[in-house]
Amino acid sequence: MASIKIPTPLRVYTNNTAQVTVSGDTVGAALNDLISQFPELEPHLFKDGELRNFVNIFIGDEDARFLQGLETSIEDNTALRIIPSIAGGVI
Amino acid sequence: MQALVTEQATLSNEEIRRYSRHVIMPEVGIEGQRKLKAAKVLLIGTGGLGSPTALYLAAAGIGTMGLVDYDVVDESNLHRQVIHGLSTVGKSKLDSAEIRLKDINPDIQIVKYNVPLTSDNALEIFEPYDVIIDGTDNFPTRYLVNDACAKLGKPNVYGSIFRFEGQLSVFYAQEGPCYRCMFPEPPPPGLVPSCAEGGVLGILPGTIGTMQATEAIKLILGIGEPMIGRMMLYDALEMSFTTIKVHKNPDCPVCSIPREQVELIDYEMFCGAPAHDHSLYSSDIPTDDDMRVMTVKELKARIDRGDNTLILDVREPHEWEISALDGTLRIPKGTIQAAKNAVLAGRKLREETVLADLPMDAEIIVHCRSGKRSADVIHMLREIGYDVNKLYNVEGGILAWAKEIDPTMPSY
Repeated sequence: MASIKIPTPLRVYTNNTAQVTVSGDTVGAALNDLISQFPELEPHLFKDGELRNFVNIFIGDEDARFLQGLETSIEDNTALRIIPSIAGGVI
Repeated sequence: MQALVTEQATLSNEEIRRYSRHVIMPEVGIEGQRKLKAAKVLLIGTGGLGSPTALYLAAAGIGTMGLVDYDVVDESNLHRQVIHGLSTVGKSKLDSAEIRLKDINPDIQIVKYNVPLTSDNALEIFEPYDVIIDGTDNFPTRYLVNDACAKLGKPNVYGSIFRFEGQLSVFYAQEGPCYRCMFPEPPPPGLVPSCAEGGVLGILPGTIGTMQATEAIKLILGIGEPMIGRMMLYDALEMSFTTIKVHKNPDCPVCSIPREQVELIDYEMFCGAPAHDHSLYSSDIPTDDDMRVMTVKELKARIDRGDNTLILDVREPHEWEISALDGTLRIPKGTIQAAKNAVLAGRKLREETVLADLPMDAEIIVHCRSGKRSADVIHMLREIGYDVNKLYNVEGGILAWAKEIDPTMPSY
């Protein structure tokens, strides 16, 4: 099973789970499995079925957009991560 | 990469003594130290990230440091903004930073810009500097800093923090990708937790800020591998550092076009969020015109009258432990948002969620810490059909209560 690392700002939608194990043999299938486990994540990742353009999915150190996007094949032990857009923590 | 600064300032014998631990390293040497003295570095923000960056760059002998900030030092800054201290609470952050920096290094020149950074003043402020360091706390200013740097051909040493996580990169459109290549658009407001909800480990900006200072020095001297085309992700809880690749987007609206054609835009409009506290910007989400507002005095009068009104506290559980009003219904904003999304997506009926505790026909008084999250919650409730005329936002939140009604209550 592949894994997806969830960044802190999105953990509120994953019951504070930092790492989620997912099934699927492409990035898209893995993300679909993720949102079937945590439906509240969906609007934060997708809009009208498309990945939101401020959501960065990385396979290891590589940006999925520069591979085959959601079609990119993944292995059983692939480590995916979602890189969030964060502005700062100062107020 | 070539050194960003080629000019060399002269060093006195005293200065050579002061910087001897630098000078004896072949990577710096006398020549490098002279470059540092000739260098001009601009820091956007003298807060969490700007504090350690400014302290170390001043100590390292950067000749000219520009500081942009319009804020004053507040006690709640001190858990992370280590350039300031109790003795300068209430002073402008720039004056406070100057006192500390001059104490560390009286030889450096400090230029203070006591204004919010805007599209109108950014180019003029950035122009004289070799390196720009982005230590801001909001999306509009981050996009502004990026675009202005791309237009002027200057490197932007980027650092960003959230709770226990940090990001570091160098966005230098001349040599690699820019911020927009990685983040073409900001997330819509409300889709990411705001800073006040998020919080940050006080030490985290220290870690990221000192790394920003390191990158600035490397760029100035032309040593090592700058973080161009790469981003460092730091997780303090895991104590892990992960480097990922950042590619130049061939269709980037900013760095794929000739730099003289880059236009600075209205970044508050672009991000749908104000860039700073003094901003006149207001988004189309709830304005005071169509949202009912209640002052804490009115709320107190209602409670005293024994009105059986529903008071909803939408802060997080750890905040309830700090302070809370008696008899309130407590549901965090995120829980309400999740319920709203489930209802709107048709996954659940309203009655099957926490919203069951909020009768559709009741008057509901909503409060949070300062009034922002409660306004967001009222907006959410309106989206699923609650009557806007029965929802009240407590102006200034529990902070206003602590200030005006119950001074024994702690503020945070």
